Order: sequence, then structure tokens, then C-alpha cells
Amino acid sequence: MIESALNPAQASFRHVIPAGEPWIGTVRQGQYFRILDLEGNQAVDTLFYRADTLEERYSATDTIRAQGNIYLTTGTALLSNEGNAMLTIVADTCGRHDTLGGACSAESNTVRYALEKRSMHSCRDNFLLALAKWGAQYGKDFSKRDLSSNINFFMNVPVTPAGKLTFADGISGVGRYVEMRADMDVTVLISNCPQLNNPCNAYNPTPVEVLVWD
Amino acid sequence: MTEGAPYWMLWEETVGPGAHWSGLLRRGSTLRLTDVNGGGNAAVLLFNYEDRSERYNMPDTLKAQHTAFIARSVALYSDMGRVLCSVTDDTCGWHDTICGISNAAMVEKKFGPSRFQERRNEYYRNAYDSLLNELGKYGLGKRDLSANVNFFSKVTVNDAGDLAFHPGHSQPGAFVDLRFEMNCLVVLSSSQHPLDPATGYAPKEIQLTAWHSRPAPRNDPCRTRCPENERGFRNTEVWFR
Repeated sequence: MIESALNPAQASFRHVIPAGEPWIGTVRQGQYFRILDLEGNQAVDTLFYRADTLEERYSATDTIRAQGNIYLTTGTALLSNEGNAMLTIVADTCGRHDTLGGACSAESNTVRYALEKRSMHSCRDNFLLALAKWGAQYGKDFSKRDLSSNINFFMNVPVTPAGKLTFADGISGVGRYVEMRADMDVTVLISNCPQLNNPCNAYNPTPVEVLVWD
Repeated sequence: MTEGAPYWMLWEETVGPGAHWSGLLRRGSTLRLTDVNGGGNAAVLLFNYEDRSERYNMPDTLKAQHTAFIARSVALYSDMGRVLCSVTDDTCGWHDTICGISNAAMVEKKFGPSRFQERRNEYYRNAYDSLLNELGKYGLGKRDLSANVNFFSKVTVNDAGDLAFHPGHSQPGAFVDLRFEMNCLVVLSSSQHPLDPATGYAPKEIQLTAWHSRPAPRNDPCRTRCPENERGFRNTEVWFR
């Protein structure tokens, strides 16, 4: 548990993402980016892209392998598919974050829960819509292939030495946060997870706040 | 012919040490990967052959089956809730899917520089460039290089989440059978696992053997492994109706 010295009152950007909604934004190299779990036990599905190329993006497997550990926390360098540090986690009052659990989708909901769950709102719907609108704005053809394995900030997905993987009750709480320093200009794509079928967000999706300091 | 492979074999081919390969495996066929000499690694990506935006999805595979690795009876899921293939036999017991692949910088740092100009076809390959090579043949590229399966490699975690690579995990002749539930583009590199502590560049050959099998029957162990897989196989069958 490493706390940050940065004062929210001095942040250059603050935005509350309502439960179940996407957010897309850019954080410049050297800026600090914080995600604040306002009400506790929320899951924040997050992808990072190099701001000027997009073909370079966060890579869960490279990040895990390079640090020799599956959990993300203070000191973790979030690596791209090119092996470059995109951001580094500099403060974390939650303890650890998941990058194996991926994002929920209409289709995976039919597998995990029931065929009737297909119409429930999902992180991938958030990702796809945000990416489509953003791509149209920049004249780029972004699609599902641009959604690689994401980070789930505040989510607890323990793996045992025998290789069992579970979604467990959250270890986050009201006011906990994770803070990163951007090592390059990055585009941040967030889905504030709307999942109602598992304990990743205590069955109760809630808002989170994103903050940026220069 | 591979021992144990039935007489209705389709084809057999060997992927040399560190080489790359791609091909089509149709629904109802089985592909056996054999680690002929032991200690091998096969980095594999899978795509729906008809719609290549649908591909192997590591998180969806793991969370549907509450496992952090691939082994017998595990279904390999696409991002669309369908089963691309399932593991019908496996003498190895554990195949990694969370550690990714080697790249040029990693290979040069571990084993030193090695160019074609001096080494000809003995030059050091890496999985990133190798998979990109194969992907390019189908109009795919960097955006399609997502989390893969590393067949024959075992990486466990302790309670703190620290990774441990298990050298010598795969014995000579170890094999894993993938029964294809969908028509799939299979892309493969036999480069060493990125966490392989070997001090020398020594990738191993991987033998591929394909035969006609059939789609999973009702009482199939992969299908009945968990209720999630029953639904995943159902989703897959709808695609072919």
C-alpha cells in the first residue's frame, strides 16, 4: 500500500465515470493518472494505446512476464506489445489489480451465466462503442481486433499454485485508488464495469473518478 | 506415422526448431502436436477461418473454466462465446497461456546476435516475428497478435502471484490433441518459451498430425466439464446450423 502525495484539489483534470459507462481520454508523458474507487469494490476495465499509433497497446502477457508476477501494483511497469513501458504504477491503496480476467461481453455472459444474459450491458459493448466513435473522429477503422486483454483495476482474481482461477470478493474499498505515471503519451479506454452476475464489483456497479496531474 | 494416430489420418508435417507454420483445421478434425524430443514449446494463435476477427481469447477461456492453464478437457474459447477447439487428449498436463511470446530484443539479449547473413537458416528466430510472418499471409498483423497458448510449457504462480517456469516439464514424445469445433486458422511458432531459462538458443521441433475425428458428442468430457462449456458448445453449434 503506497499512498500518493498528490492533492486532488490541484488536479488538472477530474471526471466522474458513472457506473456502467465508458470513458476515453489522453494522458501525456510525465502526467500522473489516478483512478479513484469512489464507493468501493468497483471493477474498472482499462486498455491503453500509444496515443499516436494505436497499433502499440497494453499487453497483459508482456507485463506479467516482465515483472514475473500476475498481479499489478506499485512498481509495475505496464508494458506494450512492443515491450515499452506505457505507464508505471506509482501509488496503490488497494493492493493488487487483475489482468487475467478480461472484459465481460454479451457472448461471454451467455457462456458464463445463461443464454438469457446476452442482452445485459457489458464492458465490450462500452469498449466497442467508444472505440467506434473515437475512430470515426480520427478517420480510423478501429474494431474488435483492437481490444486485447485488459486490466481490471480493483478486481480480485486470485490464482492458486495448482492453477485454479476464481473471481473473488473485491479487496478494494471506498476511496481507494491506483495512480500511474505516463511514460509515453497514452490513450486510455475505460469501461466502468456494468457486470451484475459476479462479485467483481460486489453485484453493485458504482461510479469511479479519473484524475490527471501535470 | 505417429503412434496412436488412426488410419484415417489427413496429413503429417514437422515444424522445425524455431520455425513457423500456419494452416486450416476444419471442424471435425483433430490436430496432434507432439514434442518429439521433449522440452519444446509451441506458441499458437487460433482464428475463426471464415471471420478472422473472431479469435482465441485467453481471459474468456480461463474464466469460463476457472483455470489458469490449458490441459485435457479444456475448451479454447473465442471472444464470441464459441469453442474453437477442445483438448481431447494430453500427456503433458499443463500448457501455459499467460506468459506470451519471445521477441527479437529478448532473444538477442539472452543468446546474442545471430543474423541470416552469417548463420543462414540457423539464425535465431523469435516468436513475435515468426507469428507476424504467418499472420501477414492472411491479411492479419500486429493488431491480431493477442495472448497465445504456449503448448508444452508449464508456468505456475505462488500465493503472492510470482511466476515459476518448470524446466523439463514436457517429456520426449509428449503430445496434446486439439479437436476442432470450428474451422480455424492455426498459426504456430516453435520458438522457445520466453521464460525458458536455457542459456543457449535451442528450440525444438514440433510434429503435427491431423486426422478426421468428429465434433464433440453429447457426453464428451470437454462438453460436460462444466455448465459453461455446455453453453459454449451450444453457441458453437448454432454457428454451423
